[in-house]
Amino acid sequence: MFETPTKRKAEHAEPILSEPSAMPDAPSWFQEQQRSAWTTFETLPAPVRKDQPWRFASVNLLDLSPYRKPHSLGQPERDQILDRSKPIESASMRLVFADNQLLEPVAVPIELQKRGVIIKPLDQAIREHPDLVRQHFMAQPAILGSAKYAALHRAMVSSGTLVFVPRGVALDRPIEIFHWLVQENSAVFPHLLLITDELAKVKVIEHFRSSDDDQPGFACGVNDLVAGPGAKVTYVCTQNWGNKVRALQMNATTVDHDAAALSLNVNLGGRYSRFESLSRLIGEGGRSDLLAIAIADRDQEFDARTLQDHASPHTNSDLLYKNALADRSRSIFGGLIRVEPHAHFTDAYQKVRNLLLSDEAEADSMPGLEILADNVKCSHGATSGQIDEDEMFYLLSRGIPPNVARRLLVTGFLDEVLRRLNDSAIVEHLRKLIEEKFAAEKARTRAAA
Amino acid sequence: MKTETSAVDIDRSIGDFSYQVDYKNDAGVGLNEGVVNYISDVKEDPDWVREFRLKALKTFFEKPMPTHWASKDLEAIDFNKIRYYLSAGTQPKRSWEDVPEDVKRTFERLGIPEQERKFLAGVEAQFDSEAVYSNIKKAVGEQGVIFVGSCEGLKTHPEIFRKWFGKVIPTGDNKFSALNSAVFSGGSFIYVPPGVKVKHPLQAYFRINAENFGQFERTLIIVDEGAELTYMEGCTAPKFNTATLHSAVVELVALKGAKIQYITVQNWSANVFNLVTKRGLAHEDAEIKWIDCNIGSRLTMKYPGVIMKGRKARGEVISIALANDGQHQDTGAKMVHAADGTTSNIISKSISIGSGRATYRGLVQVPKHLKNCKNNTECDALLINSTSRTDTYPAITVRGTGNAVQHEASVSQVSAEQIFYMQQRGLTEAQAMSLSVNGFVNDLVRQFPMEYSVELKRLIELEMEGSVG
Repeated sequence: MFETPTKRKAEHAEPILSEPSAMPDAPSWFQEQQRSAWTTFETLPAPVRKDQPWRFASVNLLDLSPYRKPHSLGQPERDQILDRSKPIESASMRLVFADNQLLEPVAVPIELQKRGVIIKPLDQAIREHPDLVRQHFMAQPAILGSAKYAALHRAMVSSGTLVFVPRGVALDRPIEIFHWLVQENSAVFPHLLLITDELAKVKVIEHFRSSDDDQPGFACGVNDLVAGPGAKVTYVCTQNWGNKVRALQMNATTVDHDAAALSLNVNLGGRYSRFESLSRLIGEGGRSDLLAIAIADRDQEFDARTLQDHASPHTNSDLLYKNALADRSRSIFGGLIRVEPHAHFTDAYQKVRNLLLSDEAEADSMPGLEILADNVKCSHGATSGQIDEDEMFYLLSRGIPPNVARRLLVTGFLDEVLRRLNDSAIVEHLRKLIEEKFAAEKARTRAAA
Repeated sequence: MKTETSAVDIDRSIGDFSYQVDYKNDAGVGLNEGVVNYISDVKEDPDWVREFRLKALKTFFEKPMPTHWASKDLEAIDFNKIRYYLSAGTQPKRSWEDVPEDVKRTFERLGIPEQERKFLAGVEAQFDSEAVYSNIKKAVGEQGVIFVGSCEGLKTHPEIFRKWFGKVIPTGDNKFSALNSAVFSGGSFIYVPPGVKVKHPLQAYFRINAENFGQFERTLIIVDEGAELTYMEGCTAPKFNTATLHSAVVELVALKGAKIQYITVQNWSANVFNLVTKRGLAHEDAEIKWIDCNIGSRLTMKYPGVIMKGRKARGEVISIALANDGQHQDTGAKMVHAADGTTSNIISKSISIGSGRATYRGLVQVPKHLKNCKNNTECDALLINSTSRTDTYPAITVRGTGNAVQHEASVSQVSAEQIFYMQQRGLTEAQAMSLSVNGFVNDLVRQFPMEYSVELKRLIELEMEGSVG
């Protein structure tokens, strides 16, 4: 099943490795940033497996030469994508991007506008809210290995979303953002700049999808999630790129005092997908929950690197990652809890569980702790195992066919993570996505037989 | 080599212990082919050993320092300022009077009688241990056990020695194993014939003392089918040597059904870089257990490993590390499962005091198509002061179904309630702290042989002194 991205047709646009993207209307300070980021990207060496942050990773899958800046899409394609971008019932609004293009005008509900909520495409936000962008846009350095690709993102980013929730405003209904890969070998650079002021509350769901599951492509996204004092930020991401896509996603969350950030990543798609998550707790009473599940089959490789950085005393973080691995798939987890000097009275937890469903699946776990403070409670755990035979026997003895029983057990294994979200509408949606993945797997097995 | 052979074979009297060595053997400062050739000449190495050394030297020069993951403190080692070979004759005379005052006080606080203090200071130690050792040697010698210095072993028992030497830890395993392979001197060679269960532990701390100059000892232990051996090495004493680098290589081979227990109590003085490579190869049904305690040194990097090559082989690492002010104990374990039904267990406890830093680094590998492999890893860290630091960096690779691996780590501190409770009952804060810390490691300390565990507890108490308030 190993594939090399098909050669590009000559008429397709220029390769991404030629120059920074031109954001024609961007102010000069931003263009200057893009140019210098491009230099950084070109200067930094490509990762090799010997680099600790890339240990175990299939770095050879990150050859970027086949990928191109996508063409602009025609109306029929746009309509089709819009039609497929079905928001969940509770969503207040949606933004749909395909191949870096915004497909419909952003319609912010009037009640949100009234309360001072800003939701704008990134290019417009750069012009109209330069202070917000300057302060928060990629303010956290990419320290989990992908500095080179963060620079590439900065140089190439042309579309994305700014969400700003002012002081005391609580949005109960989630905002939904879709990013699609459409054309063959497109390179996309999704960005989300989510800023909450004091005591604000917001939920954002992001979907990464391919219009054609077998189309190769490249995605390199960055999210800045800023939880202001006392704010509550929930971020959910469903990563369902096509099975030949190579993807990098770098998320940085800063949690101010008494704020709470929760992120949940549901990783289903892509050939190689790397997810870097930095969570910085910078104020007392801050709390960060980092949740993720991955369902991997075929040759899929999910590479997760995380850092729970406790920079302030009396902070709390809790990470729970679960991976179910079938066929020849792999999961890599490299996580670190870092308790900085003086960040006393920290509670930090980290748990990774791998469920190996085939003899060729592989799980690499590197849970880490660096504790430089006193009076901390920290623990981490990593387990790798398989489906419990007794549980399987129990289900089989009740007449449930083996494949259904297996699916039930895997679903149950992952459900613990989903339930932590505490939002039944979103969780229902996620469960459906997971079922779809299982159904596709089943269809493939059938076709093969 | 003369001094070494004598250290092993001759039951010396006090008088001829200290200064019976000739003064000619000094390879000078720095490292080059000449030094390696010099060592080979002095030791009258067979040609294959000389070639082995020279090849290793090349590997050493080619290998980079592992600073991309390891402590930057390694850069403080200046390979050009180290004496790689120095025969005992050039060492200063040693007597109890030469031992510095603070060290004498240390012994007093330890409650060690003068006789023993002298022993620990490395003055009369060799004689005393030599006698003990010789007795053991006589008893086990009748059972066919070979226990000699490694340089003697390679000459007198090449048929066994060559078969395994450098096979468990290849020269190029890391920069320091290459260095050791180039300049090794001293260490033990042990062969236990099939079915022989050595009752008494074989001990080696006297030998390290006897070979103060030999910072690069090399140990090879082969335990044949169904045989059993316990080996203890250590410098339970603070060492006063001026050398800054200790880099040993220890290879263990447990053939079918054999059992090896290797116990180390490391208490180098705080100016020593202790960079040691230790690994065992366990064949079918064999068991290798490393019991490792690190209290001394400036920087220790040591990750005892077991390669479980045969079915149902078993590997275990029990590790205690105590990092006091200015120390970095970078320890851990390596478990490579290479056959069905292999099981491994790692239990590591570390204590960081003052500005001390304790690091656990682990590697667990279960390759695919193996069945019923199990690994259990537990790492607990205790932080005493607000400036103390602890890190945990495990790497676990599991392929396939039918195997179970679990890793758990926790970091905690001595609870204020516990201390308060003990102070209520009349203990001083320091005593309470020390009791608490001893409680933390107690279940592991008990795995050490009696004389070690008693001393270990005392050492921990000693290290704890002055760490409170």
